[in-house]
Amino acid sequence: MVVSDLAIDVRGLRKSYGAVEAVRGIDFAVARGEVFGLLGPNGAGKTSTVEILEGYRQRSGGDVTVLGKDPARRERDLRARMGIVLQSSGIYRHLSVRETLTHWARIYPAPREVEEVIALAGLESKAAERTRRLSGGQLRRLDFALALIGDPELIFLDEPTTGFDPAARRAAWETVRALRGLGKTILLTTHYLDEAEALADRVAIIKDGRILVEGRPDELGGEGTTGRYRVSYVERGETVARETDDPTALLNELTSAALARGERLERLRVTQPSLEDVYLELTADEQVGDADADRDQAVVGG
Amino acid sequence: MASALNLTWHQYRLERRMFWRNPVAAFFNFVLPLLFLAFFGAVFSANQRNLDIIVPGIAGMSVMSTTFVALAFNTTFLREQGVLKRIRGTPMPESSYLGALALSAVTNTVLQIGIVTVAGRFAFGTGWPRDWGALIVFVALGVACFAALGVALSHAIPNFESAAVYVNVIFLPMLFVSGTVYDATKEPLFLRDLADALPLKHLIDGLSGAMVKGQGLTANGTALAVLAVWTALAIALAVRGFSWEARRG
Repeated sequence: MVVSDLAIDVRGLRKSYGAVEAVRGIDFAVARGEVFGLLGPNGAGKTSTVEILEGYRQRSGGDVTVLGKDPARRERDLRARMGIVLQSSGIYRHLSVRETLTHWARIYPAPREVEEVIALAGLESKAAERTRRLSGGQLRRLDFALALIGDPELIFLDEPTTGFDPAARRAAWETVRALRGLGKTILLTTHYLDEAEALADRVAIIKDGRILVEGRPDELGGEGTTGRYRVSYVERGETVARETDDPTALLNELTSAALARGERLERLRVTQPSLEDVYLELTADEQVGDADADRDQAVVGG
Repeated sequence: MASALNLTWHQYRLERRMFWRNPVAAFFNFVLPLLFLAFFGAVFSANQRNLDIIVPGIAGMSVMSTTFVALAFNTTFLREQGVLKRIRGTPMPESSYLGALALSAVTNTVLQIGIVTVAGRFAFGTGWPRDWGALIVFVALGVACFAALGVALSHAIPNFESAAVYVNVIFLPMLFVSGTVYDATKEPLFLRDLADALPLKHLIDGLSGAMVKGQGLTANGTALAVLAVWTALAIALAVRGFSWEARRG
């Protein structure tokens, strides 16, 4: 058997619920050891995609391989090698943190030490506490701990810091970085652009069941967006901004013209679009499209 | 990896520990039928004929509350809370998990039937069960039937808040028409027909035969047959509609 260096391989994935197509043919691959971020608004198809990879849902079409196996077959061996971070749901309220993790450790063939996982999740002071007495943030840390207890190769993080305060968020990010340092593969879904930017090696922006753009967070903005660089300056009190794929040539042109006129380009700046700019631009385009559709509808209706 | 049987055992022990830590579940599953027994036992204490009716009647109620009521509530709760989903994301075999839940319910049934039996012998003058074999067969069939009905009902319950309505709208009327605490043959005809169509009355007939009257299985062949049909139907419904996740929205 050839051991693939891909942890996840998705080809032409489709998922329909009745007449509704939630996922309309998406492709992406995640290398082992990589942190891959799926970004998108609610209803984009993120959850359907992730739940197919986790083995919770059956796909309607396409090919999916997770750690070399088809998740739809739900083999125990595959489930033993993945960890799923759910959103504080399904935690036994009448057990302590330590009891919960001790039980979970029994389910896996080669679990990590319970005390080590408690420390990794930062729950040492709450180890003997019943889970129903934990705060929201502590419960989310228990979610992490439950996903880590089986020492998985691949970890699914679905909106891991939703509802966290900034300190808890930082702590969660550190945990994710620590996991990456251990060589774990991580599939992350998130609403937070800064989170994807901070954690993901690569990001795919998904909307209406399709991947709009995919790449490294700092390199996104090529495809589907107007320009990769923005050059701006102030001329006679007005801000002038131009977008370009080649800032070197544009700067040369602007600065030599200014020098020839004996002027200065006040507040000259070259900026790259952030992930947020790309995301907002892509989703804004879609919204304009939606508005057009609404208008057409209105005309037809009228 | 731990064997499926081994995991069933671990999960079972965990379920038992959690059961006793949850006072609400322990009360509804455990204390309520025993309170019924104590109360009606006291009311009818002067009349052995009535006591002979309520002891197997309460035994039937115990079977229904520890299986039907408990599993309808639990399955709804575990599904809504996401426990089923979380378990399904681990290498725990589904059969191990569901087997452990069923075993835990059966443990409660056995404990309760044990208590009712002992109370019958020492407090209510019904003596030890006359036919242990028939008792075991009827309890086992009753457990299978009402456990499956409880799981099947959970598929129809939209959320945990409304579970009590769905469960009690079935449990309480069935309890009353089926002669749990009085002789069902003295009911008006339409109630008797209703009781005859439902499974609890047949379970109680079988338990009464085994515990009090000394009738074997053959004497209650009809009851056995009706229970078996209900069991088959209930299992089909429980399996067919089973979902590991709550419906959305």
